[in-house]
This record gives sequence, C-alpha cells and structure tokens, in this order.
Amino acid sequence: MRLSELANPSRFNALAERLLPWLVVATVLAFALGLYQALFVAPDDYQQGATVKIMFIHVPSAWLGMLGWALMAVAALGTLVWRHPLADVAMKTAAPIGAAFTLICLVTGSLWGRPTWGTYWVWDARLTSVLILFLMYLGVIALWRTVEDPSRAARAAAILTLVGAVNLPIIKFSVDWWNTLHQPASVLRLGGSTIYPTILTPLLITAIAFTLLFVTLHLMAMRNEILRRRVRTLRLMRAAAANP
Amino acid sequence: MRVSASNLACVRGGREIFRNVNFSLSSGQVLAVVGPNGAGKSSLLRVVAGLLRLESGRLDLEGGDPELTIPEQAHYLGHQDALKAALSVAENLAFWAGYLGTGPAAGDEALEAVGLAAIPDLPAGYLSAGQRRRLSIARLVAVRRPIWLLDEAAAALDQAAQVRLIDLMRAHLASGGLILAATHAPLGLDGVQELRLGNG
Amino acid sequence: MAALSALLRRDIRLAARVGGGALMGVLFFLIVVAMVPFALGPDLALLARTGPAILWVGALLASLLALDRLFAADHEDGSLDLILMGRAPLELAVAAKALAHWLTTGVPLVIAAPLLGLFLNLAPAAIGAVALTLLVGTPALTCIGLIGAALAVALRRGGLLVPVLVLPLTVPVLIFGVAASNAALAGPVPFGTPFTVLVALTLASVVVGPFAAAAALRHGLD
Repeated sequence: MRLSELANPSRFNALAERLLPWLVVATVLAFALGLYQALFVAPDDYQQGATVKIMFIHVPSAWLGMLGWALMAVAALGTLVWRHPLADVAMKTAAPIGAAFTLICLVTGSLWGRPTWGTYWVWDARLTSVLILFLMYLGVIALWRTVEDPSRAARAAAILTLVGAVNLPIIKFSVDWWNTLHQPASVLRLGGSTIYPTILTPLLITAIAFTLLFVTLHLMAMRNEILRRRVRTLRLMRAAAANP
Repeated sequence: MRVSASNLACVRGGREIFRNVNFSLSSGQVLAVVGPNGAGKSSLLRVVAGLLRLESGRLDLEGGDPELTIPEQAHYLGHQDALKAALSVAENLAFWAGYLGTGPAAGDEALEAVGLAAIPDLPAGYLSAGQRRRLSIARLVAVRRPIWLLDEAAAALDQAAQVRLIDLMRAHLASGGLILAATHAPLGLDGVQELRLGNG
Repeated sequence: MAALSALLRRDIRLAARVGGGALMGVLFFLIVVAMVPFALGPDLALLARTGPAILWVGALLASLLALDRLFAADHEDGSLDLILMGRAPLELAVAAKALAHWLTTGVPLVIAAPLLGLFLNLAPAAIGAVALTLLVGTPALTCIGLIGAALAVALRRGGLLVPVLVLPLTVPVLIFGVAASNAALAGPVPFGTPFTVLVALTLASVVVGPFAAAAALRHGLD
C-alpha cells in the first residue's frame, strides 16, 4: 500500500536495535546498585522499620506514572501537529507502560499503607490522585483497543491525552481540597524536606534505574508496534490482491 | 420440492407494499422478482425468509424436510453481509456453517468457490465490499439449503465474480435447488421465470 | 446444540477481540465505584457500611450499560436475520448470547468486586458475601437486561432506552442482593433468607428472560 511511509520507522527500528543492548545493561547495573543501596545502605525508619523501603519502589513508579502521561502528551502534539506516525507509535506504546508503573505505585502504596494505616486503602490525597491517573490510563488504553484503524485511533487518543494533561493539575488540586476538607491534618505526611542523604542517594539511583527501565521497555514496545503495523499493512496488501 | 405462494400481501409501517402476489417454484427453477424501486422486491424475499410478517395469503411447501419450515431450509442473502470485521474470513464462514448447518461444512471448498481461499486468516474488516459479498456467498456453498433467496446478490461484484456466482447458481439448480432472486439486471441464467411487482 | 455452541463461541471471541467490550464493563464498574467516595467523603467507616450497596449499584449499572449492543450489533450487520433463520429455537439462541455476555461481562465484575471492596474498606466477610451474591445475582441482571436489549432493537432505539426500560425490573434483585450482603455483615436476618430469594429470582429470570427477549425480537421483525 504505502511502503514509503514505513521508511522512517524502519530507520527508527534499526537505531533501537543498536541502542537496546546498551540500555538493558545500563538498566541492570542501575538496579543492582540501587537495590544494594536501598536494602543495605539506607537505614530503617525509627517508626516504620523496614517497611519504609517500599518507598524505593513506590516513589520512582509514581514519578514514572506521571512521566508516562507527559510523554504521551508530547507525542500527542506530534500526532496532531506534525501527523508523524512515530508520534502515534510512541503515544500508543507509552500508555500500557505508564499504566503499569502507576499500578505498581498503587499496589506498593497499598502494601505500605497496611502496616502504617492499618488498612490497604485510605483515600489519601496523593494515592487518590494516582488512582485517577490510573483510571485515565485505562481509558486511553480502552480507546486504543476500540478502534482498529491506528491513525483514526491516534487522533482520538491524542485529543483525550491532551485534555487529560490539562486536567490532571485541576484534578490534583480538587482532590487535595476534597481530602483536606474531610481529613484535616490527619493525613500522614511522607517525605517532605526531612529526607536524609542516606535515603536520598539510593532513592535517586533507583529513580534512575526505573527511568532506564521505562525507556528500555518503551523502545521495545515501539519496535514491536512498528512491526505490528508493518504486518497490518502487508495483510491489507494481501487482502487487496486476493481476487479470483 | 415446491414452494407456492397465493395471494400474498405485505404491510409495512401502515403502507401496503404489495398484494395478490402469486407464484409457484419447483426444484431446478429460478424466479426473478423484478420491478421498480419500492415495488416490494426485498420485502417479498423477507416474507419468504420469515423475516417479515405476512399480512394475508399463504406460503406452502411441498416436499423437502417436513419437520422444517421454509426459512429453516432457505439461505437468505440480503443487502447486508452478516460479517464481523474482527473475525477472520475462515472464522466468519465457520460460524455461519456451524450455526445454519447440521452436518460437516465444506468451508475450504466454499472459499475456493468464491476465490477467497488465499486469505482465510485475514480479518473480514480488511476485505473490500466485493470480497465481503463473496464471503457472504460462500455461506450458501458451505451449508446445503435447498431454497436460495437472493436480494441483488450480484451488487458490488465484479465481472469475474458475477460469472462465478452464475456458475454457483447453475450448480445449485442442477442439484435440485430453487432460487428466488430480486434483481434489476438479468440473472444470466436460462429459463428464468419472471414475477413483476409494482406498476412498472 | 452445535449451532448454539457456535453462537456462544463467536460471541465470546468477538468480545475478546479489538473493538469487543469484554473489559469495558469492569472498567466502568471500577470508575463508578471510585467516584462514590468523592461524593460521600473519604470516611472509611461510612464507606465500609455502604460498601455492599455501592458495589451492587455499580455492578448493576455496568452490566446493563454493556447490554446495549447485544442485539443491536447483530441487527446492524444483518446477522440477526440469519440467526432468526437458524434451526435452533430462537429462545435458546438468545440464551446462548446471554450466556456469552454473562461470561464476558458478568464474571469479570464478580472477579473485580473483591478488589474494589478493598477500596471501600470492606471486611473480608463482607467482601466474600458481595462476591457470592454478585456471582448469583449477575445472571439475573443479564437475563432481565436481555429483554430490554431485544425491545430496543425491535423499536430501533438504542442508548439510554435499555436502562430506562430495565432498571425498574431489577429492583428485586438489587434489594435481595444487597440484603444478603448486609446480612452476612451485620444481620439481623440470617444470610440464607435473602440469599435464597436471590437464587429464586435468578432462576426465574434465566427462564423468563430468553422467552421474553425472543418474543420481542419476533414481533419486532421488519
């Protein structure tokens, strides 16, 4: 059909093939260092004991959950303004990865909450905002799954993503207001400015490790999506050729 | 076997579509229903298929399986193709063969007959209008039902596919089937009886 | 029987493919339940007390909204005509479609309910009771909704018509489903009493639903 359109993604795939081995090695090294620091160097919390170490997974995944949406929003601009097929691919493949990190953040937050708050879930302002981010990710994924034609789905998803990006701060603000309205000052404050360097260093390293993991997974997913689209084009060509 | 209709009348939405329609059709015969747009050609086919209520008159069946009604022994090829875009060509056909038929279905043979044997694995959503039509026609070959009700069956088909359809109709008649076809263009078969609806 | 299993397998397959609605119901359920605390406030004691009711209303809406396309999709592409011309009784064909719909929409709701129970701070016993009552009650919701879906196709109207027609009919199921869940939690009646009524309602709906839906489809022929 339009094999010329695939030329640019082909070059992208060649680049991804060359980059991926390095990225995998870097991710593994960063995780090894980060986990060592987190498990053996960082001290236990005087109140929470070893449970505080969930933070080294929880906080980076929260960052990456938000980073995923920011990436999607940038790619959405690429889709709407430049109509670049790679932007579509980047936007589509970032959604499940961002959703996965957001889910990790929710699950670790809930496991952390069990010993700290006594229940698996508290409608804490931060966790609730992350839950809404997760729901919005699921909505975008559902949108991609509803429409078979990728370029039509891409434009719809781009609009939804940008609207979501504009709305996320408003949602965050509303949830904060809603939460303080109901639970004045009883919300457990985590983090803040009281972090010691012995905790901050491992946290930064694990954050870098998680970011590398995100980039690696995203590149792999983009490569797969490009191949999937190529298969689709070839199948459409085969269908057009099948005449008696 | 023989299908005969006497004094059929059909009313849709308070408007009389046709009345006093009579015909009789035996094994090996074709009846072409002709007439201007809105004369009730499609409605007549849907009445015979049991998809539209008969206002008055009667439809009788002689021979055939006495346990089954006319619709249960008929294939209806309407304006829509009854295909699911998300299912593959083979899955679409296998579903209708399994749902409409009883014995083993001749799926591969049917796809061969309509020229789609090369792409059984592709989703039906990838097909062109003509290919979708052909896949829909493959149903008639995959499951044996003696009465064919064809509503503008050749629409959207190219020349080669129309020739194949005529071959399929000829083979169906030779094996004792009967065909009731609503059509604007000549069917391309010999010995076609004609039923004219409307004032045209 | 082969015809019915072909129909069942096709509908399940369609729900699972791109454009199918298999997980849409669960997603809707999740969102509805997550919205309730924003209206009620994050008071965990209050949420725990109203949890079974919230979960039941969420599951009710999720299973009914997903029913809109049950016959409409087949009607639009002409499949419904051919389904009517099958040799299997229409009631059984309708029942096969209902079963496929329940397996792809109702069962995921039942599986998701315990997880959502955690959000609402439900006790383990209450979570078990809600999941059990939903497992027993969702077939009734599907079969009652079936009638609305068939009527909507017969009348060629979609969208909100199905819930408007069907929601009042689901009142008994809701009453006894929530009552059984609450009984397991707090009493005063024993769990068995409302639960038995719920089972009876489901059995009745499973019988009546396909007959009424088939009648609606036959009379809506055009």
